[in-house]
Amino acid sequence: MEKLKVLVVDDEPGIRSGINRILRKFSVDYPFMDDVIGFDLEMAPTGEEAIEIINKEQTDIVLLDNKLPGIQGNDVLEYINQKQFDTYVIIITSHASLEVAIRATKNGAYDFVPKPFTPQELKSSMENVTRQIFLRRMTSKLNKEGKQIRFQFLSVMSHELKAPINAVEGYLKMMKQQEFGENIKDYEELIARMEKRMENMRNLIMDMLDLTQIESGKKSRELSTINLTDIAESSIDMMKPYAIQKDVTINLNSPEKLELQADPDELEIILNNLISNAIKYNKQGGTVDCYIRQNKGFATITVTDTGIGMDKTEQTKLFNEFVRIKNEKTKNISGSGLGLSIVRKLVDIYNGDIHVTSKPDEGSSFTVTLPVYTNTGKEAKQDNPEQQENQN
Amino acid sequence: MEEGKTIFLVDDDTDYLFQLQHTIKKFGFDVITAESQKEAEKKLENFKPDLAIYDLMMENDDSGFILSYKTKSKYPDVPIIIATAVASETGISFDLQSESERKWIKADLYLEKGIRSDQLHREINKLLKI
Repeated sequence: MEKLKVLVVDDEPGIRSGINRILRKFSVDYPFMDDVIGFDLEMAPTGEEAIEIINKEQTDIVLLDNKLPGIQGNDVLEYINQKQFDTYVIIITSHASLEVAIRATKNGAYDFVPKPFTPQELKSSMENVTRQIFLRRMTSKLNKEGKQIRFQFLSVMSHELKAPINAVEGYLKMMKQQEFGENIKDYEELIARMEKRMENMRNLIMDMLDLTQIESGKKSRELSTINLTDIAESSIDMMKPYAIQKDVTINLNSPEKLELQADPDELEIILNNLISNAIKYNKQGGTVDCYIRQNKGFATITVTDTGIGMDKTEQTKLFNEFVRIKNEKTKNISGSGLGLSIVRKLVDIYNGDIHVTSKPDEGSSFTVTLPVYTNTGKEAKQDNPEQQENQN
Repeated sequence: MEEGKTIFLVDDDTDYLFQLQHTIKKFGFDVITAESQKEAEKKLENFKPDLAIYDLMMENDDSGFILSYKTKSKYPDVPIIIATAVASETGISFDLQSESERKWIKADLYLEKGIRSDQLHREINKLLKI
């Protein structure tokens, strides 16, 4: 259990022990918190002692009596504000008057509990302040993580962009110094390597543009009724030359017509990425099976390969930006490391889902599920895919 | 004097590896290469280089450090250079000046990729005491 440090400042021993009794076994939990939050209590009979304790250790909440023998509660409050401690103050006083309340809140007290109070009154005030502390900590934690992720993204990106420039620069230097002879023919292999690196860099930049446009929501989307089967066919056509190079056979198993409301470019990006991955990480002479189905208002696209596959740890990292699974089997395969994070982001836009099943050395299967809406905004009637398939 | 000295180069960027190998061969050294931490570890089982140059980020972000550590455990007298482009990209710099850092990183020298070849030659000779 997480504990917040609570300092009770009151000159009356009866009040101190009363608060102790109420809060000692009290804890706060909310549905959105992972953990229950409890309280560590410390007592101070005077304002002077309270300041000493606050200076010494992080204090989350101060329950502060306004009327104290030495310096007053408001002085303690002012001191806390001046020093900008990360501390919430709840003012407790029997001399409850509107004036005191206003002054205290003006000075930055979080809440106000009039004396005498019931255990319930104290508890509900503690609940409020605890939730406030929790939310503020979560926000600042998320902000920090966001910055951290941004920084990682930028540094990895600059690494990925600089590596091909360095490689090409190195080759150019070799050519300039005529390391392999005076004839341009002597440099054919070098030139081919340079071209390869440039091509990869171009792909990376294209992927990055896709990704940033999706992220910033600036990519103009044109929703229309499209036939998923058409898109799959054109995507497969586009990948044919690549598949022939690797001697990979692509099969499409799809109803003649599966209509949904979507942006054709976006669906093309999804299919292109899945199919090109299935070829890229396949074995020479392997197979890619592409299944398209409609089931109860959902369209599913499954792309299965007979390639190198992945283990469980690799599968969990897969959809993150710039994650490329690096191992012996993938070292000669180039890629930007952005393809699947783009697919995931697009699938999110459609309130869809993507998941993967895979076995090392046997192959992987990616399934994208998209809700089907027609242009009337209602879910499409369920076609009978089996029947249509038989007609093909 | 370079005769018979073998330098072990490990980098997962095959183009960089090719270029560095070419440069170092021109200095007159023999070169053995590996393209991953794993391949390097395997080669080190039966082979002791006179000097090793490791890329930092390969399969893992700290592959170069791990390789350095493993190399030094097996062959404490083999000088190691870690070559990477990290500093200019991330602003994180590793400086092997202090004793505690040298102890932790286990490399003798940290070099930025893109260093001029005459500079590299000088650094290698210094470490090989040529």
